[in-house]
Amino acid sequence: MGAQMRVYRQRIRSVQATKKITRAMELIAASRVVKARSRVVESGPYTHALTKALSALATYSNESHMLTTEVEQVRRAAVLIISSDRGLAGGYSSSVIKESEQLVQRLRDEGKEVVVYLVGRKVISYYQFRHREFAAEWSGFSDAPQFAHAQEIGERLVADFRMEYDEGGHDEVHIVYTRFKSMVTQEPRVIRLVPLEVVEGEAPDKNDVLPLYAFEPSVDEVLSALLPKYITHRIYTCLLGAAASELAARQRAMKSATDNADALIKTYTRLANQARQAEITQEISEIVGGADALASA
Amino acid sequence: MSALKVELVAADRRVWVGESSMVRCRTASGELGIMPGHTPLLGVLVAGDVVIHTAAGNEVATVDDGFLSVEHDRVTIVAEHVNVTSSIN
Repeated sequence: MGAQMRVYRQRIRSVQATKKITRAMELIAASRVVKARSRVVESGPYTHALTKALSALATYSNESHMLTTEVEQVRRAAVLIISSDRGLAGGYSSSVIKESEQLVQRLRDEGKEVVVYLVGRKVISYYQFRHREFAAEWSGFSDAPQFAHAQEIGERLVADFRMEYDEGGHDEVHIVYTRFKSMVTQEPRVIRLVPLEVVEGEAPDKNDVLPLYAFEPSVDEVLSALLPKYITHRIYTCLLGAAASELAARQRAMKSATDNADALIKTYTRLANQARQAEITQEISEIVGGADALASA
Repeated sequence: MSALKVELVAADRRVWVGESSMVRCRTASGELGIMPGHTPLLGVLVAGDVVIHTAAGNEVATVDDGFLSVEHDRVTIVAEHVNVTSSIN
């Protein structure tokens, strides 16, 4: 076998091995994204109940709560960045990081000090590599977040928010995450978590007017019990959306990798065939040439 | 007599939905029983058992701190973690 042909055969084998891996990853991501999306849907009833209760509270309570009050002069802002633990998901991590960089820059331009909290190994290593400071990091659950993870993050953020400015407390909290729009579109998004803007999207049904609730023990106590829950749940839904986006992005990236591998294999097969034919042609001409030489001698 | 429409919701899923004649739970200020026709209420729950009386028997669930809302005979019990311990037939 000619040397050229052997090289092509080797390339084909190596691309085939890669293709098997990317195909497997595509299938795994495809099956997990279904689960992740159903978890987004399953968290809906809780969001709905909480949102409704909070809008009732907002209607009846005149007391301003710390978590809803806008501070006049925002001196320090916290940013929670949600990325993935692993790569091979196309531009997923880099686009959320880019979005967060813009946000941080904008906040700095407004004269605010920025403290970052990181979720996911990709963004953590991005910060560590550049020797940048961050307040806290969580990782290891980016494709299947549990409620406990959101609770942990929420408790930390609320605790830091409640601190005085001099002790390191901040005046507002933003989240940068990737919103799952559909299987083909996921967009990085920024939301302001605290001070709370109740409520996004879901307008209450027109037919149920809020009844005159009795509150137990009191309006303000119910409000202070519910607000931290709302924050935790907001974080949880962001984590779930980010997980679904990550898996969808990975599935897409792996699909195109598999397609590319197919194209490469095809090209190399053509080249290998050409090399084989060239070799045969050469052998024939050598034989013919040799026979000619013998006949003429 | 009309029945209560009860919805038991945890942070990550809807646990139980159905009709009931009475719901018992523990709020911050004590044990509370809700029957059809109850006045609209929004209360904070403390960790404890929630008992839902249904025609088929009692549905018992353990919840950690959460809240409940009652309006027009619709009861929504919401907690971060809900654990259905038993349903006695």
